[in-house]
Amino acid sequence: MLDVDRVRADFPILGTKVNGRSLVYFDNSATAQKPVQVMDAVREAYMVHNSNIHRGVHHLSDVMSGLYEDARNKVAKFINAREEEVLFTAGTTQGINMLAACLAESEIGKGDVVLLSEMEHHSNIIPWQMACAKVGASIRVLPIKDDGSISIDGLSDILDEKVKLLAISQVSNVLGMVNPIKKITQACHENGTLVMVDGAQSVPHLKTDVKELDCDFLVFSGHKLHAETGIGVLFGKKDLLEELPPTQGGGGMVDKVTMTSSTYAEVPQRFESGTPNYVGAISLAAAIDYMMSLGMDDIIEHEKVLNGEMMRSLGRIEGVTVYGDGAERCPIYSFNIRGLHPYDIGQILDKMGIAVRTGNHCAQPLMARLGISGTVRASLSFYNTVEEISDFIDGLEKAVSILE
Amino acid sequence: MINLNIADIDRNITEEFSKASDWFELYEMIIASGKAIQGLADEDRTEENAVPGCQSNVWLKTGLEDGRMMITADSDASITRGILSLVLRVLDGQRPQDILDAELRFLDDIGLRTNLSPSRSDGLNSIIHRIKESARMMIET
Repeated sequence: MLDVDRVRADFPILGTKVNGRSLVYFDNSATAQKPVQVMDAVREAYMVHNSNIHRGVHHLSDVMSGLYEDARNKVAKFINAREEEVLFTAGTTQGINMLAACLAESEIGKGDVVLLSEMEHHSNIIPWQMACAKVGASIRVLPIKDDGSISIDGLSDILDEKVKLLAISQVSNVLGMVNPIKKITQACHENGTLVMVDGAQSVPHLKTDVKELDCDFLVFSGHKLHAETGIGVLFGKKDLLEELPPTQGGGGMVDKVTMTSSTYAEVPQRFESGTPNYVGAISLAAAIDYMMSLGMDDIIEHEKVLNGEMMRSLGRIEGVTVYGDGAERCPIYSFNIRGLHPYDIGQILDKMGIAVRTGNHCAQPLMARLGISGTVRASLSFYNTVEEISDFIDGLEKAVSILE
Repeated sequence: MINLNIADIDRNITEEFSKASDWFELYEMIIASGKAIQGLADEDRTEENAVPGCQSNVWLKTGLEDGRMMITADSDASITRGILSLVLRVLDGQRPQDILDAELRFLDDIGLRTNLSPSRSDGLNSIIHRIKESARMMIET
């Protein structure tokens, strides 16, 4: 069982006072807080080891190169991938943009179709729109059911020989429900369709196993996983990565260069041109070490307790609508209370030191599907407590009383 | 109708709202003030009248009558609508040049600028900017 008090001591920011009250940080889907272990690793990287990686003959460069590759190895183990299948990126958004650009020069061509679910974040929509526009392909929409879930039968009906790729989140940043990725990849692969999974919201909360999911690509961000900002991961199956053309040239990604042509390095270096964010990679490794030291099983068990409490407590508020149903979910709750404006609720919660997010959550098509313009979103992490949920519910009741 | 000058209304609002004993009372007063204004009819809630940069929808309509600027505004969020009602109380019916020169000190004095979140503060700034731009255009034409 997670010793939450001990865990919270690792996150100094959780002790912040806001308007004289103890901070209740329920905005973890936007970014997660960092434990001292991650901050110490970053500090040590600059204090003791800093040097540009690879290409260096000297001691420090050698040490830092080793740490960078150790980080890759750690990420690979964390998601059950091979080392050479893990590319470091700046984050989920950059990972998707890079992949879309690569695929637009290879797998996706004129007349082809990219399938996107209706619940996607803008960052899993716009890069594909740009890629499709470039090559003359088009977007097709995988609709969701009224409860927010994906229908596997519906997916099979919509797939045809033109659909080259499905891009879908494992967990929507609005709905919090876990999509059945394994069944989805199975249906897609039977049709010869590649699957890219946006794991930005799922990797921090679930045990991620790319072999079991059998997805072709997976992207996620470090900062939502308690690491620094500006670091992320693009996983790709090795045989696929080897076929993809790099879209960004520069140092570190080449084999031989003349003034008119170049041959490229092997994967993953081929996709990591320029000086990579090696300190970011170290912070990600430290965050993974930290989560592993707590144990993913214990994290999941604690978040289950939080989920149960959130569902029960929100359900007690009169006139509340929680978007996204389903037994298997991450602690992400989007809701509205009768006709009250989410922004009003968020502002009043802020006065009580409670941090939530309001608005359309970069998912305007999903908002349109739900027939709303926005929601309040409370997103929790393993360091949150049942007591904080109680404070949050008190805050909501206070907000309702002021606004009505 | 005799118009009080901007500085006087500004001071009156500060005096009135400084009576709030805490944040919740202040918010209740602001929301109540928003409920008291007429707002905008649906046909005036247009793209053209919309103020960008706000997290809630804000619409603003201005016109000139007998050398005075008529301002109506609305928002779908209660707190925003309340703040709009206070801005209008000061500026609606004033001369464009006076509006351009207005400082709106009450926003700082009752703590609306410093204590509201930056996104809200940005929205507030775009509303005031929009009103002043409109006043400037009235002076120039």
